[in-house]
Amino acid sequence: MNLDEILNALFPRGHQVSVDQQVIAGNAETAAGPVLVLGTADAAAIDHRIALTLAARVLDTIARHPRRPIVFLVDTSGQALSRAAELLCLNGSFAHLAQCVDLARRQGHPTLSLVTANAVSGGFLSFGLMADRAYALSDVQVRVMDLKAMARVTKIAHERLLELAASSPIFAPGAENYRRMGAIEAIWPAPSEALLLQALADIAEAGQSDLRMEKGLQRGGRTLAANVAQIADTAGTGV
Amino acid sequence: MNRPYALRHSWFEATARERIAGLVDADSFREIQPPEAATPSPHLALLGMPGAFDDGVIVGRALLENRPVLVAAQEGQFIGGAVGEIHGAKIVGLLRRAVRERPAAVLLLVDSGGVRLHEANAGLIAISEIMRAVLDARAAGVPVLALVGGSCGAFGGMGIVTKLCSAVIMSEEGRLALSGPEVIETVAGVEEFDSKDRALVWRVTGGKHRYLMGDCQTLVEDDLASFRAGAIATLSPEPAPSLAQLQAQQTRLERRLADFASLRDGLQVWARLGIAQPERVPMLERDELVTLKQGVTA
Repeated sequence: MNLDEILNALFPRGHQVSVDQQVIAGNAETAAGPVLVLGTADAAAIDHRIALTLAARVLDTIARHPRRPIVFLVDTSGQALSRAAELLCLNGSFAHLAQCVDLARRQGHPTLSLVTANAVSGGFLSFGLMADRAYALSDVQVRVMDLKAMARVTKIAHERLLELAASSPIFAPGAENYRRMGAIEAIWPAPSEALLLQALADIAEAGQSDLRMEKGLQRGGRTLAANVAQIADTAGTGV
Repeated sequence: MNRPYALRHSWFEATARERIAGLVDADSFREIQPPEAATPSPHLALLGMPGAFDDGVIVGRALLENRPVLVAAQEGQFIGGAVGEIHGAKIVGLLRRAVRERPAAVLLLVDSGGVRLHEANAGLIAISEIMRAVLDARAAGVPVLALVGGSCGAFGGMGIVTKLCSAVIMSEEGRLALSGPEVIETVAGVEEFDSKDRALVWRVTGGKHRYLMGDCQTLVEDDLASFRAGAIATLSPEPAPSLAQLQAQQTRLERRLADFASLRDGLQVWARLGIAQPERVPMLERDELVTLKQGVTA
């Protein structure tokens, strides 16, 4: 599905969303009122410009449209790889964008992200995974690194990784693995206004807590984290 | 203050446990879930990799000048301090404890290349959870300080986490960035970033450059006692992050991008900042650099 088809399916009542240099931005109408749509297109490599453009729109909406929901459409190949970007502390711009999304959530803007094609590593961290909940369309790619590259870096045979990936969601690419681990709430067979509105309503009702560990435990994909975090949170230290 | 070299104990070379011992009040550290009460990562075992009982991060309570603090210290000598499922969950749990206990601060001793590839998905999700947990602690009024000066630096997702903290304390030897120079060299070529050129790597990612640009608030020597003094000096109550504060940050980052986007070396940036002899920056002592920084706004 291309971006126009996705936008038309999500917002049949109309939208003013446009794409400029891989940045998606604009408002859209829904049965529950207007929403801000932001994101990246064409497997964007997120650089300072993209991060700051998205952050500016989030801040503008916090300032001018209290509680307006924000829908992030995620298609990113990860972070831009350049010396010039690192010289200006690219992780700082990513952190700034993440802080803006976080502030929006805290100020009562329901936030949702939808992976439309690719969600890779740092690009996904900076906004997609900062939303209250992340969703994915079917047949998208969610990953840190593909298995061949991982085999090179870890010096573990590619065949062995393929074999293990069949039973463990811990390292292999795939939206379903992220769903089982609690980071993706659900995989949508196709984009629709009904799914979007239901998700936004669920988010508004759910509150602020980060429950991804608990979901990973319930779904059997991430069975250690919830218990380990609970111990670090509440265990005595013998002081 | 520049301490005589003979008295220094290098933070860069120290283990995570030595760093904690040198940072907090003497004998005040109490580990939560000490190694004898923990299990190593089963994900590493499945891949035939040796594990560690603490999974490469030590978390606990301590005192800093008699004020209660929570501490998490990554061990760079264990798989590059990389974040896996257990490692990440320990840090998240500690930050949640901070929301309940309201210590004077959380001290994150970052020494990490980011996501542990052997547990790639779990590591990425854990870093996202750490990001939110840092901001939850700050929203609750608990300052979170990042201390960066270990051999693995603060890269990948841990570079983002570091920049989400209330303040960053770095040594000159510390490195802070998103992609490591090796990754950029592999993908974009040696002309883009020669990762073997140590001096260049430090001019782009090192503590002095980050300090001059305002990306780190406190520059310290590579010395346990200096990190302690830096943490004490930096620690102050902070209001929860606000819209006005993020708008100011947005303006500053946009202006900086407009001013410096075409530059590719710290030397060029420092010249643009108005520093008279930028080529001398790498040779300056810490105190000289702090003096130089006064009068520079980035």
